[in-house]
Amino acid sequence: MRAKRKQKLFVILGLVSLAAIAVGLTLYALRSNINLFFSPVQITAGDAPLERQIRAGGMVREGTVERDPESLEVVFTVTDYVEDVEVRYSGILPDLFREGQGVVVVGELQQGGWLRADQVLARHDENYMPPEVAQALEEAGYSPEDYQAKAAEVGKRLEAQNDGARAN
Amino acid sequence: MQTLMIPEIGHFALIIALLMALVQGIMPLAGAATRRPLWMAYGRPMATGQFLFLAIAYACLTASYMLDDFSVANVANNSNSLLPWYYKASAVWGNHEGSVLLWSLILGAWTFAVSRFSRELPRDMLARVLGVMGLVSVGFLAFVLITSNPFERLLPNVPQDGADLNPLLQDFGLIVHPPMLYMGYVGFSVVFAFAIAALLGGRLDAAWTRWARPWTNIAWAFLTVGIALGSWWAYYELGWGGWWFWDPVENASLLPWLAGTALIHSLAVTEKRGSFKSWTVLLAISTFSLSLMGTFLVRSGVLTSVHAFANDPSRGLFILVLLGITVGLSLLLFALRAPRVSHQVAFSWLSRDALLLINNILLVIMTVTVLLGTVYPLLLDAMDLGKISVGPPYFNALFVPLTVVLCLFMGLGPLARWKRTGGRDLLKRSWLAGLLALIIGALAPLLYRGEWNLQVSLGVLISLWVVLPMVRDLWVKTRHSSGRLAGAKRLSLAYWGMILGHLGVAVTIIGVTVVSNYAIDRNVRMGVGDSVELAGYTFTMTELGSRRGPNFLADFAEIEVRRGDSQRTFAMTPEKRLYLARGMPMTDVALRPGLFRDLYVAMGEDLEDGSWAMRLQYKPFVRWLWLGGLLMAAGGILAVADRRYRRTVTARDPEQGVAAEPREATA
Repeated sequence: MRAKRKQKLFVILGLVSLAAIAVGLTLYALRSNINLFFSPVQITAGDAPLERQIRAGGMVREGTVERDPESLEVVFTVTDYVEDVEVRYSGILPDLFREGQGVVVVGELQQGGWLRADQVLARHDENYMPPEVAQALEEAGYSPEDYQAKAAEVGKRLEAQNDGARAN
Repeated sequence: MQTLMIPEIGHFALIIALLMALVQGIMPLAGAATRRPLWMAYGRPMATGQFLFLAIAYACLTASYMLDDFSVANVANNSNSLLPWYYKASAVWGNHEGSVLLWSLILGAWTFAVSRFSRELPRDMLARVLGVMGLVSVGFLAFVLITSNPFERLLPNVPQDGADLNPLLQDFGLIVHPPMLYMGYVGFSVVFAFAIAALLGGRLDAAWTRWARPWTNIAWAFLTVGIALGSWWAYYELGWGGWWFWDPVENASLLPWLAGTALIHSLAVTEKRGSFKSWTVLLAISTFSLSLMGTFLVRSGVLTSVHAFANDPSRGLFILVLLGITVGLSLLLFALRAPRVSHQVAFSWLSRDALLLINNILLVIMTVTVLLGTVYPLLLDAMDLGKISVGPPYFNALFVPLTVVLCLFMGLGPLARWKRTGGRDLLKRSWLAGLLALIIGALAPLLYRGEWNLQVSLGVLISLWVVLPMVRDLWVKTRHSSGRLAGAKRLSLAYWGMILGHLGVAVTIIGVTVVSNYAIDRNVRMGVGDSVELAGYTFTMTELGSRRGPNFLADFAEIEVRRGDSQRTFAMTPEKRLYLARGMPMTDVALRPGLFRDLYVAMGEDLEDGSWAMRLQYKPFVRWLWLGGLLMAAGGILAVADRRYRRTVTARDPEQGVAAEPREATA
């Protein structure tokens, strides 16, 4: 009976210590690795932390994408049609990256209000506006429908232009 | 071409299959509860009939795709007359409706297989197993028919041509990855049904585990291959050379795999030693629940990824309710029945039992951490507490150390005996392997790259620590008076399966370690005539051009690659395609695969001055990742081929089995 009890004690101790290690590691890892989402409205209002990894998103404002002719540096403006945020990125933009389309960037906000992106994610959205952005607009007291309509209008116009260019 | 009846026949067949599943879910269970053989006998013919009608429904949908019947909404949205025939056939599961139909068909196939290959099962056990599987099937067929009917017609405005299959899916990967993955997901329903049947019958002896083990191994092997294929596919298809993203959808497949890995080990303990009974049942329930949850995450549209085909809240709600009912009822049954059948078997702290217990605890912790990281953002979002995302660093910070600890115990597992192992004995069997692993591990990065690297050392160390003790064990066990070969033949297939499975883990770890530490990734601007050097290879762009494919336009680059100063060169031709039907761009990677390194070239963007942003990568040992997965799966299959699963019912008493063949206790 004693051996059995001892064994049980060991099992329980082992379980508790392993669980403690796991919880400790989990909390540590979660604390430093959560990326919060901010829209241009929130960034301009100063809600986003500086020099910490965040996610930001909106539409790529038309006519703002500029490539450095020597390197792979690229600068563009992300907008929710209320406020703009400048994004700088070095590397290859994803296939679905387009002016007038929704984009989410992961990176750190710098002094001076521009964002250094480590990662750019693009996705064709039927509504042209990522849902996170629409929600952020609503929270900031705007009516997201107006801006969604605007985003859709710009997106469709640019797409038609693209199609035209391709047909030629 | 529009067909008059094919989709309708498919739809009716689906309804008949649902009705048969209903009968199969109710009659045998009621029969087992009231001891009526006639009612119990409903199970087998219903399983056959259900499978038959599901096959008809599936064949009808495939026929609609092959015949380009664009009056069927599903075909019109996901196919195109220009699509090659093999993509038409696999486009069936390249969308939400079709993939759920495939899910149901595979469930029907597993049920049919159980009804065929379990002839020596006691009648009431078989009745309960088939009954439970029937109920699961009812849930899914109702889901298909109510929310996701693949046979819906677009009448009278029939489109001229289809919207085409998503270009990302027009690939060999689509043909093999989803069916394999689903075979794994759905295969866990068998062990789940066995566990529930054992709970219902109140006979939670070790017998059910022996019946369930082969099914579980096969399902696990399929899931392993499915995950490995998915990783390989993402690697070459997404165009930036990643092989695991900790994307929620990937995690959704990893979760049942982790729980399933714990399950196949705990099943071994229950079968061999009669302990861990309640735990094994709980794991069986959890594994299948995680499979269902994976389906929910992927199919409900709560996640946005290449896998999420449609956002229809009613679908998500349906699967969530289905998941809730399954988990809730199973756990309720477990709570009501499990204590009654619990049974203590003593074992020493130094024994295979204990090591497998640790294995299970660690695997469950891994499952929980991955689950937490996957679900936490969704929960916060659902409760309106903000949109967050949990990145790969979280998963790496937890998963990697846990894997290291797991491997430390994994090295000892095969050496230890059941019930009790002498500490000195264990030390005697493992010290040399440990020392060798330590020395080689410490030197490996120096020899490979001339620079010491802690992570690589650790990776090599734990892989060798997993492999070397097995090599020693094998060396000892193959000792035989008439030579090693005869000795090797004497070992059971289950033992070989274990060796292969563990070897697979070690191979995968080597692959992960080396490719994570030594991969070289460079994004460069290249025009015709430009040369770039990378990892001893010289990449020279010789041509830029464009061509026309069957359903796309492509810009291509011709890259000449030379290794060092060698005279021989080879060409790599990456493409950037524009698929016409959707106007969707796609990166087509040029790969030069090899066992010890891959060269990877992808076209990034057109920089519009005659040059392109190019992605050049050198990926050492990346193939080992998937090779390890294949080895693991092969191990799982080999273990099923073991003789003892083919013996007659009389020899299936667990105590007898162990007593009669002590050497098999190593399995």
